[in-house]
Amino acid sequence: MKLPAFDYACPETLAEATGILAASEGGARIIAGGQSLLPIMAFRLAAPEILVDLRRIPGLRDIEIGDDGIRLGALVRWRDILDSAELARAIPLLPDAIGHVAHYQVRNRGTLGGSLGHADSAAEFPCIAITCEAEIEVVGPAGTRRLAAGELIVGPMETSLGEDEIITAVRFPAWPASRRWGFDEFALRHGDLAIAAVAIFYDLDGSRIVNAHVGVMGATETPRRLASAEAALDGHELNDAVIAAAAEAAAAEIEPTEDMHASAAYRRSLVATLTKRALRASQNREGGKAE
Amino acid sequence: MKTCFTVNGRRTEIDVTPRTTLADCLRRDLGLTGTHLGCEHGVCGACTLIVDGEAVRGCLVLAVQADGCEITTVEGIEKDDALSPLQEAFRRHHALQCGFCTAGILTTLHALLSENPDVEADEIRDVLSGNICRCTGYIPIVEAALDAREAYRAAGS
Repeated sequence: MKLPAFDYACPETLAEATGILAASEGGARIIAGGQSLLPIMAFRLAAPEILVDLRRIPGLRDIEIGDDGIRLGALVRWRDILDSAELARAIPLLPDAIGHVAHYQVRNRGTLGGSLGHADSAAEFPCIAITCEAEIEVVGPAGTRRLAAGELIVGPMETSLGEDEIITAVRFPAWPASRRWGFDEFALRHGDLAIAAVAIFYDLDGSRIVNAHVGVMGATETPRRLASAEAALDGHELNDAVIAAAAEAAAAEIEPTEDMHASAAYRRSLVATLTKRALRASQNREGGKAE
Repeated sequence: MKTCFTVNGRRTEIDVTPRTTLADCLRRDLGLTGTHLGCEHGVCGACTLIVDGEAVRGCLVLAVQADGCEITTVEGIEKDDALSPLQEAFRRHHALQCGFCTAGILTTLHALLSENPDVEADEIRDVLSGNICRCTGYIPIVEAALDAREAYRAAGS
C-alpha cells in the first residue's frame, strides 16, 4: 500500500531533532534507514504525524575501535559493518551475525540504531548488543544518558526510550583476541526473519570455559541471555557432554513464541540444535579467525 | 516539499509530498516507468534503484530523502539507446520471461558488477535473494551475470 500522509523534518543537530520530537508529544517517529519503519507504515501498523530524519546530523556514522571497546554510531549501516575488516578483527561475532540481516539492497540502507529502536524480536543486532552487554547512548532534551542494551528492549517492538529521545551510538566492551564465539540462525530463506538464532562467546582459562555468554533471538518475545546455558558452560571443558547440557539448558529456559511459521515446540527444539551448532563452530574460532 | 536530485545524469528539481516514495516519484512525476513496483513493502526487489552507487529498494526510500543524491534507474543503464552488456547477456541467456522483476534485477546486478566485476556465482546468488523472480528459476539470470563480468572488467580497467 502507499504510505499514509505525514510531515517530514530533516534537522541538522541533535538538539533540533529532540526539540521536534518533544514538540510532537508522541506523534513523531525517527527515521534512519527506514527499512523497518516504511514497511510497517505501508501496512498501516504505524502512522506517525511527522518523520524526523537523522541523515543530516553529523557524527552518527562513525566506527571507532579502541583498547577500551568499540563505539558504533547509530547511523552505521549493515553494509558498513560487513565492509569493515577492522570490525571483523575487533568483534568477529558482530559481522558474522549481521551477515544474516535481510538482503543486499536492505543492507545498503538499514542502520543499527534503527534496528534497536524498532526492537524486532527476530533482529540480529539487538540480540548481539544484549549478548555482548553493549551500552546504548541516548540523547534527549535533558542531555545524554547510557543504558544497558538489556534495559532498552522491554517487549516485542517496544523500547524504554522516551518519546523525545534518540539513540546516538552503541558501545561494545573490548573483545579479547583469544575469545571464542559462534552464531547460528535458522530462517525460511537466508535473509528472512529468524525463526530462531543463538549467539555465543566465552573465554578460556587454560582449557576451561569462563565468562560464557549465550543469547537467543527469534524464538522468544525479546532477545535475551540464557543464564542456565551459561552456567552449564562456565568452569567446564567444551566436550560433547557439555555441549549437550548447554543445549538442553537453553531449550528448557526459554518460553518460545508461536506463529504461522513455527510452533513453540519446534522453536524450543531449534534453540537446542542451534546452541549445539554455535558451540561446535566456536571450537575452531579464536579472535577474528574463522576456522 | 522541494527536492533536488540527479536522475540518470540529469539534474531534477521537483516538489513532492513526504509520503511519496522515490519509486513512485520517478514513475509518476518523472515518467520513468521502467522501475516496477511489486510488493511496495521491501520484499520483492522489483523497484531496485541505484542511489549514490548502491542498490536500494525504491519503495523504501522517500523521494525527499534522496535530496542531493545521484540516482540511476534501469533507463540509465543502457548507453546510446543500445542495450548494455548486461542487458545483452540477459537476452543471450533468456534470463527473463514475463519481465516484471527484470528492471530490479538489472539495477541490482549493475550495482554489484560495477563494484566487483570479479564476483563469483555464490555471491551473485546471495545478492539475488533480494529479488523475487517467479518465471526463470534464476539459473539463466546467474549465467547472464557471470557472462557480463568480462564487460564490467573491461570498463573498469
